[in-house]
Amino acid sequence: MHFTPEEIVETLTMITRQRLDVRTITLGLSLSSCVDSDIDLMARNVYERVTSTAARLVPLAEQLEREYGIPIVNKRIAVTPIAQLAAATRARDLTPLALALDRAAATVGIDFIGGFSALVQKGISDADARLIASIPGALATTERVCASVNVATTRAGINMDAVLAMAQTVLDTAQATADRDSIGCAKLVIFANMVEDNPFMAGAVHGSGEPDTVVNVGISGPGVVRAVVESLAPDAGLTEVSEAIKATAFKITRVGELIAREAATRLGVARGIVDLSLAPTPAEGDSVAEIIEAMGVKRCGGPGTTAALALLNDAVKKGGAMATSSTGGLSGAFIPVSEDAGMIRAAESGALSLEKLEAMTSVCSVGLDMIAIPGDTPVETIAGIIADEAAIGVINAKTTAVRLLPAVGKEAGGRLSFGGLLGEAPVMSVNPWAGSVFARRGGRFPAPLGSLRN
Amino acid sequence: MRTPAVLTVLGEDRVGIVAAVSGALAEANANIEDIRQTILGSIFSMTMLVTVDEDHLPLVELQSRLAEIGRQLGLQITLQREDVFRFMHRV
Repeated sequence: MHFTPEEIVETLTMITRQRLDVRTITLGLSLSSCVDSDIDLMARNVYERVTSTAARLVPLAEQLEREYGIPIVNKRIAVTPIAQLAAATRARDLTPLALALDRAAATVGIDFIGGFSALVQKGISDADARLIASIPGALATTERVCASVNVATTRAGINMDAVLAMAQTVLDTAQATADRDSIGCAKLVIFANMVEDNPFMAGAVHGSGEPDTVVNVGISGPGVVRAVVESLAPDAGLTEVSEAIKATAFKITRVGELIAREAATRLGVARGIVDLSLAPTPAEGDSVAEIIEAMGVKRCGGPGTTAALALLNDAVKKGGAMATSSTGGLSGAFIPVSEDAGMIRAAESGALSLEKLEAMTSVCSVGLDMIAIPGDTPVETIAGIIADEAAIGVINAKTTAVRLLPAVGKEAGGRLSFGGLLGEAPVMSVNPWAGSVFARRGGRFPAPLGSLRN
Repeated sequence: MRTPAVLTVLGEDRVGIVAAVSGALAEANANIEDIRQTILGSIFSMTMLVTVDEDHLPLVELQSRLAEIGRQLGLQITLQREDVFRFMHRV
C-alpha cells in the first residue's frame, strides 16, 4: 500500500473530527468589459458576465467535495473594484451595480460576492466618492454583496480624509441595517495595504494586475492545529510546538493546493493563489483563540497571547510555504471575534480587550475584525481606531483591516447575532479618550521612510 | 479513465463485509490493488487501494453504491481519490 493505515486514519480524523476543510474557492472575475456610460446597461453587462462565467463554479466545487471527501465550505466570487467601472458613468447612486452583483450571486448559488470597492489611499476620485456614498444603501438593499475600501498603503501613507469618510460610512451602514443587528457592517472592510488576490470575504476584490478570470483558494483548519497542539506534552518546548504546527500546516495547505489545481484545470481558468490563513468558524473547537489556549495561555487575551499568536502565524507560513509555490492573499491567522467561539468567551470574560486585539493584529492577519462596539461610539473615535490599525499596516508593510460593528441602541455587554459563519459578537467597550481633533485634521499621513526602497 | 482511490471501511464486525464491498467493486470493474484489514476489539477496519474504471462507472456513482452498502450493513464506508492522501503525506 502507498500509505500506512495511520496516514489514512489521520486524514479521515482531520476531516470528520477536526473540521478540516477548504474554506473557500473564490473565482476572480474582471468586469472591465462591462463598462458603459449608462448604469442600467452596465448593470446588465455585469449580471451577464458573472452568471455566464461562474455558472459552473458551484457544481464543480460540489463535485470536488465528493471526489476528495473534503468539504469546500464556501464558493465565492471577487470582481474588479466597482469604483473603477463607475468612472465611466455619471450616475450618483451606484446601487444598481450592487443589485446586479447580488442577483448574479443568487443565480449562480454563492453566498458572497466581493468588489463593491474603491482604492483611495492617495486621493478620492469622483467615482470613488460616489461609490463610498453608495455603500450604506447598497449593503442595506443587498444580501450577498461585500464592500471594501483601501485607505492606506506603505507606499502612499494614510489618506486621513478617507479614514474619516469611512468611519462615517460604518456608522451610516449600521443605521441603515439597524433592524438586522447592523449586518451591513459585517460586509464592509476598511483596508491598509489591500491585496489583489484575497479569496476571503468580506475583503475580496479582483485586482487590476490579475488575468480575466482566476481561481484562488483559501485554506482553513484551526481545529486540526488545535488538536495537534493539545496532543503535545504540557512541558513540550515552543520549538516542538512550532514544529508540530508547521508539519500540520503543510498537510492542510497541500489539500488547498490540490483543490486549487483541480478547480483551475476543470474550470479552464488561470490558477491563482493559495491563501495560508487559519480561518476560524463559530463551531466549537474550530478556534484560533483555543490554539493560543492550547499553547498554554490561560485565556486568549492574557499576557503571552501576542507571542503565542506570532509563533502560530509564523509556523503556519513556514509549513504552508513548503506546500505550495502559489502563496498569496492574506496568508495569516484570522482573529475575527464574532466568528470564533474562543474569542467570544475571552471577550465576555474580560480577558480580551480591543487594545489587546490591536496588538495581536501586528503579528497576524488581518485586523480588528468583526468586533461589535457601542452604537453611540463617536465618528472621531471610529476614525481613530481605523487610523491606528492603518498605521500598524503601513509602518510594518503588512495588510491590516477594520471591520467594526456599531451596535445601534446597545452598550458594552450587549450582543449582536448574525448566525451562520458570521456568528455573534459581544459588544466590547471602547476607550473614550480619542477626542475630536485628531481625526478631523484630515490630509495625508505621509508615506513612511520604509517606503523609500528603490 | 482509471482513477486511483482509497477505500476505508469502519464499523461493527459481521459476516459478509469483505464480500459485499469487493462484490460492488467487481461489479463496477474497479480493481483492488491492495488490502489491509484488521479487527480491533469488535471493530472491523479495512483500507483498500483500488483503481476505479470511470468509463465503466464514475467514482461518484460508485461512492453512492458503497454508501448504500454501508447503510445496509451499518458501516462507515468512504471512497476518496488517492491524490488527497499523496498530497498530504508525501513531500
